[in-house]
Amino acid sequence: MSLDPAAVRRIAKLARIRVDDAELPVLAGELNSILGWIEQLNEVNIDGVAPLAGAPGMTQALRADVVNDGGYPEKVLANAPDREGDFFTVPKVVE
Amino acid sequence: MISDFTLAGARAALRQRDVSALELTNHFLTAIDTLNPVLNAFITVTPDLARAQAAAADAALARGDHGPLTGIPLAIKDLFCTQGVRTTAASRILEPFVPPYESTVSANLLRDGAIFLGKANLDEFAMGSSNATSAFGPVINPWTRAGDNRQLVPGGSSGGSAAAVAARLALGATATDTGGSIRQPASFCGIAGIKPTYGRCSRWGVVAFASSLDQAGPIARTVEDCAILLGSMAGYDAKDSTSANLAVPDFAAACRRGVKGLRIGVPREYRSDDMPAEIETMWQQGLSWLRDAGAEIVDVSLPHTKYGLATYYIVAPAEASSNLARYDGVRYGARSQGADLIDLYENTRAEGFGAEVKRRIMIGTYVLSAGYYDAYYIRAQKVRSLILQDFTNVFAKVDALLTPTAPSAAFGLGERMDDPLKMYFNDVFTVPANMAGIPGMSVPAGLDANGLPLGLQVLGKPFDEETVFAVAQAIETAAQFTTQPSIRAKG
Repeated sequence: MSLDPAAVRRIAKLARIRVDDAELPVLAGELNSILGWIEQLNEVNIDGVAPLAGAPGMTQALRADVVNDGGYPEKVLANAPDREGDFFTVPKVVE
Repeated sequence: MISDFTLAGARAALRQRDVSALELTNHFLTAIDTLNPVLNAFITVTPDLARAQAAAADAALARGDHGPLTGIPLAIKDLFCTQGVRTTAASRILEPFVPPYESTVSANLLRDGAIFLGKANLDEFAMGSSNATSAFGPVINPWTRAGDNRQLVPGGSSGGSAAAVAARLALGATATDTGGSIRQPASFCGIAGIKPTYGRCSRWGVVAFASSLDQAGPIARTVEDCAILLGSMAGYDAKDSTSANLAVPDFAAACRRGVKGLRIGVPREYRSDDMPAEIETMWQQGLSWLRDAGAEIVDVSLPHTKYGLATYYIVAPAEASSNLARYDGVRYGARSQGADLIDLYENTRAEGFGAEVKRRIMIGTYVLSAGYYDAYYIRAQKVRSLILQDFTNVFAKVDALLTPTAPSAAFGLGERMDDPLKMYFNDVFTVPANMAGIPGMSVPAGLDANGLPLGLQVLGKPFDEETVFAVAQAIETAAQFTTQPSIRAKG
C-alpha cells in the first residue's frame, strides 16, 4: 500500500504536527520508501507466534495504591510556558 | 599527563593524592574550552557546578572517604535529566527545559562521587546514527582519515558522549542505546561502550524514545573503565517498573576472568557480500585472538537477523509516537502560539521537532492507526519474538557472540543524509540486541585502510554482562589499540 498526500495529511493531523501542503508529496515519498522497505516482514512466517511487547522475562510490577509523591506545585509549574496561579493555561477551548 | 589517564588510572592517582579532583576538573574544563568550538560535543558546559563538585570530592578524599567515582569528571548525555541544569534531548522543543529532578542513573553517579562537566550533544531525541539531527548542530568526530582533513561524523545517537571521551574531554560519559546508540558511536570513535541488559539501569528521568528498547550505559576509553561506570549506574529502582531487581555484580572483577573454556558463537547471518573486506578481516582476527586466549569458536545461526532493522523501524517509531505525544507546549518545553488549542499543539510540534523526529512520529502514528495496527505493529511484535527465540536458541550452545559493531567506519559529515534508509543501515548489527534485550559491547579492535577505528561487538546472555566484559577485555588486551585521534586534548 502507498500513501498519497491526503493520507499523509491525515497522519499529520493524528500526530498533531502542522505540515504545509507543499511538503506533503515530499513526506509521502519518504514515508512510502520506509514503509515499502518494511514490507519485507511479510515474508516471515508468523503463524502461531505470540507477539513480544517488551523486553522478555518482565513481570508487571505492582505497588500499593496510595499517594506517594506530589505536593509541590511550584516544581511542577516551574517549566510551564504560561501559567495563571497554580494552573497551566491554554487558548480558550469552550465558548 | 592528565590527558593520558584512564578512568581507573585517574582514580588511583586521586586516591594516592597525586592529583586533586580540582586539578583534573580544571584540566578538562580548559580542554573543553579549547576543543568544543571544533567538536561541538557538549550542548551545555557547567564549570561552576563541576568545580563545586570537585571541591567536595577533594574534601572527601582528604578525609579518606572515597566512593567508587570520587573526583572523576564525566560528560552526561543531554538525555538524562539533571536537576537545575537544562536538559534538551538536542531538540528545540526542550530548549528551555530545566528539570526539577535528577535521573536515577545520574543520581547514582553523583552518589558515588562523580563530577559532571556538562551535557553531551546527541541526535535529536536519540533518533539518528550520525549526530546530524541535533538541533544544536552536528558533532565532529575527533578522528580524520589519514592525509584527509575532511570532517567525519562520530556516529549516533550518543555522538557527543563518544567524541568527548575520544578527544580526552572527559574520563567517561553516560549514553543510551535504543538500536545501537552506544555501540556504533563507540566503534566510530575508537573507544569502548556497553549497552547492558534491558532493565539493568533505571530509565527513570531519561527522556524516553522507545521505552521497550531504551537502555542506559557507559562510554569510556577502556573496557575496565566501562565496567567501573556501569557498576555505579546500574541497580534496581522502584521508580522504573521495568528495572530488574537484581544485585549489581562486580563488573570490574569480571574483566579479569579471561575467556579460557568459553564458547564464542559466530552468527553466519552477520556476514554479507557487501561487507568491506577489512571488517571481515578484523572479525577473523578477533576470533583468532579469542581462540589463542583459550576460547572455543562455534558457528551459529540467527536466522531472523535480516528482519531486525525493519522490525525496529515499526516498534521504535510506534513507541516514539506515543512517548513524544507529551510535547504539546502546555506543561513544559517550548510553545508556539495558535488560534485554538489544536492549532497551538500543531504549531508547537511543527516548529519544535526536526525532520527525522517528525518522520518517525508519523511512521509510528500510521502503524498504530486503526486498520493498520495488526498488519504492521502486531506483525512486528511477532517477528520480535522470533528474533528473541534465535538468541535463546544460540545461548543454549554458546556463552557469547562476536560480530562487527557496524558495517563501516565513520563516514563524512553530510553523507547518507539524502535517504533515511541509508542512515538506518548503520544499525544493522546492533539493533537485534535491543529487540532481544540482551547486553552488547563495542570494543576497538583495529584500523581500516584510512586509519579509522573499527569496533567488534560482543553480545551476551541476559544479565550476563560479566561474560561480555571478560570477552571484551580479552579482545582489548590482544588488540593493543593505542592509536589516538588527530583532534584531542593534550597535557
